[in-house]
Amino acid sequence: MADATLNVGQLGEPSGTKPKRTFSRRNIILYGTLIVIAMYYLLPLYVMVVTSLKGMPEIRLGNIFAPPVEITFEPWAKAWATACTGLNCDGLSRGFWNSVQITIPSVIISIAIASVNGYALANWRFKGADVFFTILIFGAFIPYQVMLYPMVILLREMGIYGTLTGLVIVHTIFGMPILTLLFRNYFTSIPEELFKAARVDGAGFWSIYLKIMLPMSLPIFVVAMILQITGIWNDFLFGVVYTKPDIYPMTVQLNNIVNSVQGVKEYNVNMAATILTGLVPLTVYFISGKLFVRGIAAGAVKG
Amino acid sequence: MANVSVKNLVLNFGSVEVLRDLNIEIPSGEFLVLLGASGCGKSTLLNCIAGLLDITEGQIFIGDKNVTWSEPKDRDIGMVFQSYALYPQMTVEGNLSFGLKNAGLGKQDIEQRIARAAEILQIEPLLKRKPSALSGGQRQRVAIGRALVRDVDVFLFDEPLSNLDAKLRADLRVEIKRLHQTLKNTMIYVTHDQIEAMTLADRIAIMKQGIVQQLDTPYAIYNSPVNKYVAGFIGSPEMNFFDGKLAGAKADGFEVEGKKISLKGYDFADAPRQAGQGACLGVRPEQVVVGSAAKAMPVKAKATVELVEPMGADTLVWSNFAGKPFRFLMEGTAQIGIGDKLDIGFDPAKANLFDAETELRL
Amino acid sequence: MATIGKPNSLFRNMSAKIAAIPMIFTALVVFVGGTLWTVTYSFTNSKLLPREKWVGFDQYERLWGTNRWNVAIENILIYGFFSLIFSLVIGFVLAALLDQKIRFEDAFRTILLYPFALSFIVTGLVWQWILNPEFGIQSMVRGLGWESFTFDPLYNPEIVVYGLLIAGLWQGTGFVMCLMLAGLRGIDEDIWKAARVDGIPMWKTYLFIIIPMMRPVFITTLVIIAAGIVKLYDLVVAQTSGGPGIASEVPAKYVYDYMFQGQNLGQGFAASTMMLVSVLIVLIPWAYLEFGGRKNG
Repeated sequence: MADATLNVGQLGEPSGTKPKRTFSRRNIILYGTLIVIAMYYLLPLYVMVVTSLKGMPEIRLGNIFAPPVEITFEPWAKAWATACTGLNCDGLSRGFWNSVQITIPSVIISIAIASVNGYALANWRFKGADVFFTILIFGAFIPYQVMLYPMVILLREMGIYGTLTGLVIVHTIFGMPILTLLFRNYFTSIPEELFKAARVDGAGFWSIYLKIMLPMSLPIFVVAMILQITGIWNDFLFGVVYTKPDIYPMTVQLNNIVNSVQGVKEYNVNMAATILTGLVPLTVYFISGKLFVRGIAAGAVKG
Repeated sequence: MANVSVKNLVLNFGSVEVLRDLNIEIPSGEFLVLLGASGCGKSTLLNCIAGLLDITEGQIFIGDKNVTWSEPKDRDIGMVFQSYALYPQMTVEGNLSFGLKNAGLGKQDIEQRIARAAEILQIEPLLKRKPSALSGGQRQRVAIGRALVRDVDVFLFDEPLSNLDAKLRADLRVEIKRLHQTLKNTMIYVTHDQIEAMTLADRIAIMKQGIVQQLDTPYAIYNSPVNKYVAGFIGSPEMNFFDGKLAGAKADGFEVEGKKISLKGYDFADAPRQAGQGACLGVRPEQVVVGSAAKAMPVKAKATVELVEPMGADTLVWSNFAGKPFRFLMEGTAQIGIGDKLDIGFDPAKANLFDAETELRL
Repeated sequence: MATIGKPNSLFRNMSAKIAAIPMIFTALVVFVGGTLWTVTYSFTNSKLLPREKWVGFDQYERLWGTNRWNVAIENILIYGFFSLIFSLVIGFVLAALLDQKIRFEDAFRTILLYPFALSFIVTGLVWQWILNPEFGIQSMVRGLGWESFTFDPLYNPEIVVYGLLIAGLWQGTGFVMCLMLAGLRGIDEDIWKAARVDGIPMWKTYLFIIIPMMRPVFITTLVIIAAGIVKLYDLVVAQTSGGPGIASEVPAKYVYDYMFQGQNLGQGFAASTMMLVSVLIVLIPWAYLEFGGRKNG
């Protein structure tokens, strides 16, 4: 079938791929803009790291953008182990462990409850379910401030106001709208035939959830975990309202260290402490990559 | 009017060869259909011709102008998409005029063109509406109109009817054919529907894995497919194939399961052949005759009915021939049941013979 | 169970109902109950503890008569206005840039989005440091020879809101970009092809075809940003603590301070009710458009 025409391209006419210059004006503008923007976004991270590696004398002399002349890890050690907030002088490590103790159970419980919830809404619709769900979603938009104090009363009545348990419950409750939405949408997207087939086979509510839905839904669980770990770790408001200084989460403690009015400001220690606090969500973010994007997009767009 | 020629076209996506050394000459005014299963490269080829994809090697000429490196808008083409691709927030009129305004045409000229296109496509009452208020068929008309107002030489259709239901599809098919007869433009039309291809095309190019298998008139493609793939792809219900071997001194017979079939009158291709060579005989279900007329056929047999599929006008009967499942068509009025014994026969001169190895026509 | 009658409707689907108890509790008790409770008690003169001494609209009158609250409202309006506009514009432009089939798209997206993984506390503290006039940008520019250069938003009551804005945008625009990018990717590729065949320049395609097509994405994004703006609290606490003076107060902080530090619950309830009202003003038209207007396409 091959036609025996000679390759006209050899005569200098356009042939094959359109030649593109790597440094076309379009590319220079496009990549130039992107690089400048990327640098702007990276700048604070750079400043944090650089400052945390300098000694105080160097900070007082130079500007914050200059790389450290003499690298020291002392600010990091101090931020972690000996920085003071109020009477406690055991550094951010206390807040770190508090945050771990808050985040792990909160993530597990909130996801467990919300996934079962979403499953019930997607596959076992009962009368009135939609009403509660609508209220729940609207609740996500109500400013927390409106519900802060009633929640205090509720926790006080249960005798867990100011405890880690109380804070875990608060995170579970306020994480519920977005997580339920996430799981409901995901379970709705699973073909209904699968669910029907399992019912015909005699499986009930819990066995379908555990044996069929759960194994199919690993990605969405990961997305939910990413969402919750970063969200709960980064929380400040609930931490400061529902806990006491001894069990303040890391963010609250960080703020108290940096913004304390007593003593000389140690900027390098402050920046080290700031990085330390940001490290957990950043790690989650860099490891999870595209799933993180999927999580925030799924949580937000699919109203 | 313009002819289109594709010369030595190669397209690679990374290391994947999507189109391999294609050469197609489309004379001015021809209606060419690119037909193939999904993933065969037919839409890709159309996008290359439109200039929406950069090709790896080769050249494309439209109207004797080398457009290999030209922008789509400079190629004198109009394109119609499967998803219509209408601009949803503009009215029909806005959709038709947007490209023209950008090309800097005068207001009067634009109005004239829109009026003419609207008249041809009978969409005058729809001009003020938005696409969301149109039915699928109306949207596709508008999409065709958008190509029409550009007053181009070549129309490209990318599966334009695939999103429509069966009845609308048949209606619009006729309209597209009528449009071609009126305008006499060169048209290149991608589809996976063989009925569309057969009814619309002056010539059909059947593609598989980035290669044109056969480029010929619908008649030639149906009656003398160049290889087994084309033979199996075209025609519904599908052709019956029998794997056997050539027999006889001149290799002009066919043997399958001990059954000898004379190929007298068969128009052999020029390829060399010899007795004992593996071959495959293809018989279309509609070439089989049943009942008393079967007695006049060179090949005769008794067939037991195994399954009946009534299709209205015709009835498809499943049976057995030479140890293989065998399908043939009967009239829709035929009263038959499972287990009935029928006289069947066919003329091997009208059958198709392929080499077992190369699958090329013998 | 020998009789096969209609099962009691209460017990039908029992497991699902049990599983939904936490949701029902949250929706009814916390969200509806809590909201009603707060609104109700905003009409009392509760101080350290809530008590049912009704005072009508006294708390609201006092609220709007308080300078600090008015400053907070003014701040949130300025912050909200610019935050909305810049978030949408920057977010969309970034998304459009990333949508040019560029190389290293993943790397760029990772860089633009990482601030969103950080808490407002971290964000606020970093920008507090960068905007520190003694050591930060101001001192650097002065060091380059421009001795009179002044850029100290966190110490200037006039422009402190814009200092917050810089930090807020740095944290949140990556997120908006992601939403926009998802929207852009959701647009039928044939539209782009059709526009190319029609010879429409890229900027015109964006302006007249793509952006109007992305209206739902813009509206959803707008609602999300707006809901976030009302809640603005952590960033202020970390970056400025409401200062200098009360120049960067915001409503959420006002609520917290009165409820948990000023021992003036009634004021806190009234202020939080005002926040609720402002959210409803945004939310109800949106819900109406989104869910009520769907019938007519």
